[in-house]
Amino acid sequence: MVAAMIRELGDSLQEALSAFGRYTLFGARLVAETPRALLRFGLVVEQVHNAGALSLVIIMLSGLFVGMVLGLQGFDLLQRFGSEESLGTAAALGLLKELGPVITALLFAGRAGTALASELGLMRATDQLAAIEMMAVDPVRRVVMPRFLGGVISMPLLAAIFSMIGLFGAQLVGVQLMGVDQGQFWSQMRAAVELNDVMEGVLKSVVFGVACSLVAVYEGYHSLPTAEGVGRATTRTVVISSVSVLLLDYMLTAVML
Amino acid sequence: MRKTRAIELGTGLFVLLGFAALFFLVTQITSREFGLGEGGFRLTAMFEQVGGLKPGAPVSMAGVTIGRVEAISYDFNEYRARVVIRVEPKYDRIPDDSDASILTAGLLGGQYLGIGPGASETFFKDGDRIEFTQSAIVLENLISKFLFSKAAEEQPAEEPAKESTP
Repeated sequence: MVAAMIRELGDSLQEALSAFGRYTLFGARLVAETPRALLRFGLVVEQVHNAGALSLVIIMLSGLFVGMVLGLQGFDLLQRFGSEESLGTAAALGLLKELGPVITALLFAGRAGTALASELGLMRATDQLAAIEMMAVDPVRRVVMPRFLGGVISMPLLAAIFSMIGLFGAQLVGVQLMGVDQGQFWSQMRAAVELNDVMEGVLKSVVFGVACSLVAVYEGYHSLPTAEGVGRATTRTVVISSVSVLLLDYMLTAVML
Repeated sequence: MRKTRAIELGTGLFVLLGFAALFFLVTQITSREFGLGEGGFRLTAMFEQVGGLKPGAPVSMAGVTIGRVEAISYDFNEYRARVVIRVEPKYDRIPDDSDASILTAGLLGGQYLGIGPGASETFFKDGDRIEFTQSAIVLENLISKFLFSKAAEEQPAEEPAKESTP
């Protein structure tokens, strides 16, 4: 009984390790294919449209509301210390360094990641990938790469849009509703926020973009060719991307702070 | 054909918006003082106490930022802090008997280096040293000084009051 439990534990540990290894190998292959895939730019553009342009509305809407609630909460918190003028700084740093990249990545995993995974999974289930391979075309090169790159390119742009809209949301609530001085709001922010803070957010969103896209294409490409398999791949995409984004976020913050 | 065009239009719009947002964040949110670059000239000043002064803090004359603090180190020859500042090249007419003091912006604000102009006819050149400096004020020292002077004041003040009562 005990021996069986230990064996099971060892098996699942081995499985987790080899899953990590498969991810790494697949990621390395995608990186190696990147220069060649960038040459076929039309395919990438199409995927930037799918992953980025189609996620624009949900990102902007979420950004606006996150910014507005940040304005409200930040105002309430700062008012207790009598420093409402710092609202701009608080909102800008919060959005640029944390909320922008992280929430964008979570929304991206839900909106674009699932679409990628189920699309690739269905291609697998309906033997389209096998058909492409039959025509002596590498499906990773033709199908997976553009989708991966589309996600990687879209994420930093989406995060930047999110932060900008969020800042205007915070300004809307803080200045228009709560009566923080507009000049103070912007000038305090400008004095406190440095280029490094912006770059930290951009770097985070690039890393999250790679992680989310990798998870989505990996799970989709390796899904079981059944209806259930596609469903499971989609679920796993959301779960693994969200968890790894939050994990990576902590690690990146700890390194860069 | 029509569909491809719509895709291209949407993508173009999205990418443009994304880069516009990035540009906005980089230029409008930060104070972007990185245009200062390599130009300008350096001055050094020695302080007994630099307090919370940090590299990158502004150097100002009459409230106008004329440069930045470049480096702060401890000098074991003089047992004082050596502050190196870089002044923008257009401010080349600072009298060489000007004084430097470490001041605080607002009640809780960051510290900066203030330069008060002197009366000399010659001006600072690259590598010069500011001779007249005033250290940062440490709040604890200020409070203890205040308390000691208060205590010293009260003692003689009480004695004549006692004498006058009988």
